[in-house]
Amino acid sequence: MALKKEHDLHKRRFGRNMGVGLLLGSFVVLVLALTMVKVTSSGFQFPQTQGTQD
Amino acid sequence: MSDASINASTPREDEAGFGDYFALLKPRVMSLVVFTAFVGLMAAPVGVHPVIGFCAVLFIAIGGGASGALNMWWDADIDQVMKRTKARPIPAGKVEAGEALSLGLALSGLSVIMLALATNVFAGAFLAFTIFFYVVVYTMWLKRATPQNIVIGGAAGAFPPVIGWIAATGTMSVEPWLMFALTFMWTPPHFWALALFMRSDYDDAGVPMLTVTHGRRATRVHILVYTVLLAILAVGTAFSGIGGPIYLAVATVMNGLFLLGAWKIFRRNEDDSEVDDFKAERSFFKLSLLYLFLHFGAILVEASLKPYGLGGW
Repeated sequence: MALKKEHDLHKRRFGRNMGVGLLLGSFVVLVLALTMVKVTSSGFQFPQTQGTQD
Repeated sequence: MSDASINASTPREDEAGFGDYFALLKPRVMSLVVFTAFVGLMAAPVGVHPVIGFCAVLFIAIGGGASGALNMWWDADIDQVMKRTKARPIPAGKVEAGEALSLGLALSGLSVIMLALATNVFAGAFLAFTIFFYVVVYTMWLKRATPQNIVIGGAAGAFPPVIGWIAATGTMSVEPWLMFALTFMWTPPHFWALALFMRSDYDDAGVPMLTVTHGRRATRVHILVYTVLLAILAVGTAFSGIGGPIYLAVATVMNGLFLLGAWKIFRRNEDDSEVDDFKAERSFFKLSLLYLFLHFGAILVEASLKPYGLGGW
């Protein structure tokens, strides 16, 4: 038996937290995918850093 | 723990759920933004990597959603007066106006920066300009100042295909502006038809819609004039770089129906409309949704067929 009856408020908060969590996770995956596409594209060049000696 | 902190942490019964925050982004408007931006991206004469294309459309959509949240923050006072908008999260008391402002600003910044990084700076800058145009020029300035609000404000909703095109090419040309013009000219008759059958809404809110400032007869005339100009533009677009025989067929049929609908609205008076509860006006409004979808759909089909030697002229 549950010690505490779950209120509708808790469901809403859980849904909200779950939504934010999923969005953040998706954003991380998206940025990773975008980075992979950018660095593997034919026109990609590492930027020259100051003080680099050839 | 002080009394103040106890009170501050007391949960509200009507606390907002995830869906209420999502509703701040005007999902229905966002779906139009997604579709037209996607068509702009696909109609561009260069190939885009699917991941970059997905990111471009996503961040344009988030930028559009951010504008919606900022619009709801600013317009909370009139939203609670109008029947059409009083169930929105702020007037319904689910979300604080300040939360909408924070969400809108945060998503604006995120979408502009991410679009610039994913595609090019020009596209990011254009998205920033679009958000500025919708929030400051339309929402804050024109909406409550002039009956031409919907005409000039319609430009903000018409920019997404242009941003999609710039995201793909990094440059500007005539074709995205034809897509812009299509949405721009479509917006006034679409909203004026809505204003005709949502009779007292804009009046109660003090928004100077054409129906309020110039009367309902003038609005009917305006709908017809704009529809004639839109038809010329829409059919003319068939002979541009984004048109083709499929687009021409769709444009001919849809503009014929749209002109017929506008003519019916023009011929009617208020008594006729009252009798059948604005049947012609409601039908015209519904048709306008299909009208825009099919025009952009036809542009998309033409663009999709081009790699196979089909599509276009």
